[in-house]
Amino acid sequence: MVTKVSNANKLLLKVNNLSVSFDTTEGSFDAVKAVNFELKKGETLAIIGESGSGKSVTASVIMGILTCPPGKIKSGEVLLNDIDILKLSDSDRRKLMGSKVAIIFQDTLSHLNPVFSVGSQIAECFEVHKNISKKESWKKTVQLLERVRIPNPSRRAKDFPHQFSGGQRQRVMIAMALALEPDIIIADEPTTALDVTIQAKILELLGELRDERNMGLILITHDLAIAAEISDKVIVLNEGKIVEKGTTKDVFINPNHAYTRQLMNSIPGKIAKQKKKISKKFSDPILEIKNISKFYDTTACDDVSFNLFSNEVLGIVGESGSGKTTISNLILRLESPSNGEILYHGKNILSFNKNDLFNFRRKVQVVFQDPYASLNPTMNIFDIISEPWVIHSDFLHKKLHKSKVSDLLKSVGLHPDDAIKFPHQFSGGQRQRIAIARALALNPEIIICDEAVSALDVSIQAQIIKLLLNLRNKFSLSYIFIAHDLPVVKDLADRVIVMKSGKIIEQGVVDDVFNFPKEKYTKDLLKASPSIEKLIS
Amino acid sequence: MRQYLSKRIFSSILAITGLFVMVFFLARLTGDPGHLYLPIDAPLEVRKEFSEKHGFNDPIYIQFGKFLGDLTDGNLGYSLRKERPAIDIVLEAIPVTLSLAAVAMTIALVGAILIGSLAAYRPNGIFDRISRVVSLTAASAPDFWVAITAILIFSVSLGWLPTSGIGGVPYWIMPIGILVIRPLGLLVQVVRGSMITALSSDFVKTARAKGVKEKAVIFKHALRNGLLPVITVAGDQAAAIANGAVIVETIFGWPGIGKLMIDSIMQRDFAVVQASILITAIVILSINIIIDIAYAVLDPRIRHK
Repeated sequence: MVTKVSNANKLLLKVNNLSVSFDTTEGSFDAVKAVNFELKKGETLAIIGESGSGKSVTASVIMGILTCPPGKIKSGEVLLNDIDILKLSDSDRRKLMGSKVAIIFQDTLSHLNPVFSVGSQIAECFEVHKNISKKESWKKTVQLLERVRIPNPSRRAKDFPHQFSGGQRQRVMIAMALALEPDIIIADEPTTALDVTIQAKILELLGELRDERNMGLILITHDLAIAAEISDKVIVLNEGKIVEKGTTKDVFINPNHAYTRQLMNSIPGKIAKQKKKISKKFSDPILEIKNISKFYDTTACDDVSFNLFSNEVLGIVGESGSGKTTISNLILRLESPSNGEILYHGKNILSFNKNDLFNFRRKVQVVFQDPYASLNPTMNIFDIISEPWVIHSDFLHKKLHKSKVSDLLKSVGLHPDDAIKFPHQFSGGQRQRIAIARALALNPEIIICDEAVSALDVSIQAQIIKLLLNLRNKFSLSYIFIAHDLPVVKDLADRVIVMKSGKIIEQGVVDDVFNFPKEKYTKDLLKASPSIEKLIS
Repeated sequence: MRQYLSKRIFSSILAITGLFVMVFFLARLTGDPGHLYLPIDAPLEVRKEFSEKHGFNDPIYIQFGKFLGDLTDGNLGYSLRKERPAIDIVLEAIPVTLSLAAVAMTIALVGAILIGSLAAYRPNGIFDRISRVVSLTAASAPDFWVAITAILIFSVSLGWLPTSGIGGVPYWIMPIGILVIRPLGLLVQVVRGSMITALSSDFVKTARAKGVKEKAVIFKHALRNGLLPVITVAGDQAAAIANGAVIVETIFGWPGIGKLMIDSIMQRDFAVVQASILITAIVILSINIIIDIAYAVLDPRIRHK
């Protein structure tokens, strides 16, 4: 944790009674309801909430980038150094944006303009607000990139966003926000898409810069552990309302509101304690992966061997580029390995003919990460779930499709009437339930979950994990559960494989690997993973 | 990128070769040129002599071999009609068409970017509604009708502009005006669509959060991204005009490639047909390569592939 500087307590920002609504075709909907908070110099405020809680809307009001219409500020004041920015003209407000208050966004690939070099996008801050020469602003840009530890800054400044890694792009974003030395930086989910070790470094950098420049930092996050690690005080937003506020320590040790408690209980890593241990005989594997490798331009997967046993949850953890998804693609035979073999009940799936493969595909199904992209928006839920039976027409008679879809919807916790709806009518968690129902349709033996809960809010994540565990018992399934989030794997998996750069670093029973990691890399991963335990203990 | 371009150029050459073979044989399916060039009552000997002289008597593969042999010497044959090298005739016509195409497309593109961007800035605003109706009308206007009506109004009734022919600025106004209408209408719609997407992108939010002025948000941050699909359609339209603005050239009596091609096909002037198709194909494939280069210039992600 970063030490926090006590300071002159100068009030930087005061938000009074802010209410924001959106006009939709179904009428007006209140996104932010009478929100109050303040921020002092050198202080970090965490705004915690799940999707739709109004946290990002609040940030866009402060930054003056709320799109109106459909957005509408119904009431309230946003006092920036005692000036109400909501009353300013557009051009006066524009002078404060970037110079007094700056924002760091979440998805840096889409938030940086793809067609301009990162240097020119940072230098633009100086061109817009300061009357300095091009040469001078470029020099400052390079210094900023150096400050956020981009290697080779003078050369890299000329590169474009897509030439940087996710972590580096976030550093570029931070450099851009720092350019005009604002009083306040708003970080809107700054580490959500990043690997844990990168996340730890970005949070450390943010804390360091806050202390160095004595700025106020507003951290918007859905991740309680991150809030616990970096913030001084928190507000918890639910459906646009502040349900709880206080110092970070008070809120986490003694949450008052039921919603905060529910959030705390959903933090992954806790279900593990309730998980029934199924005694397992590790013999007779369903799937034997033997020394598989896959080479593209680089090595995606290098001499990987492991087994999957029946009714087992096997977790595969690793950071991006570690080869997790390659393994999933190889098992699904969406791609073929360069070397090695994959045995399914002792038979090599690589030598399967068309017919064998067709039957094999029934037994291995997959649930993908993004439930918004993995369901065809033009098909209704009935068509989505029953499509496997159209392809495997001998599996189920057409007359039985309807009742089986109802059964499946019920078993994933949805209503049979949902069958006639379309994907856009469901929330992210519900869509993931539909994707699971589709995966179950052919009575598979194995379901591969490729980051299947990463895109979901914590409380939804917890529900889906419980659902997956129940379904495993009910249908005696085996899961290969791929994730970058270690606590989630801890909740769900019986055994775990840790991967790095295409190689297996460590594998074993979950409790052993998480409690007594042998390899340095596993230890680093566990250390980088933020947790609230450090704060509470 | 360099590798991609050289591949592209190579495949273009292949395409031209294929096209050429096809045109050679298809043109000869239209019938015997002797029927058109000789008087109806020409005696058989004269006909024979004509065919012999121009090689139409030889089996078609020999004709083709001869044609290829001439081609390697840079000789595209003689026009039957004008008794001059075919290539000279084509090279006189193509600049006329190309200058028409260049002026018309520049006007259409600049106009479409301005109108389309402003319409996209406030979708469903009053400017957007008007431009949508007008651009749809323009995109679907039948150009032969507009051309004739324009002549009727501006030349015949008002007497402001010359009815046809080639010359100074007044001669250009109507042909260019007619050629601009359709691409302009189409491009306004494409620009509007892609600019609405670009303006709702996340990077536009970032620019606004930096305090960038709206003008720069639209014409710097969004436009550079929104241009890609526009370039594709614009290139397509430019190719269509370069392929012969047949109607406009015919109505306004502009001696361009479109008019030349129609005339030579009608008169079975094979050499001219072949030469004009070759040159037009080169022009169109060049436009496509220019579009590829423009893509790479505009978008570094394509450049680095």
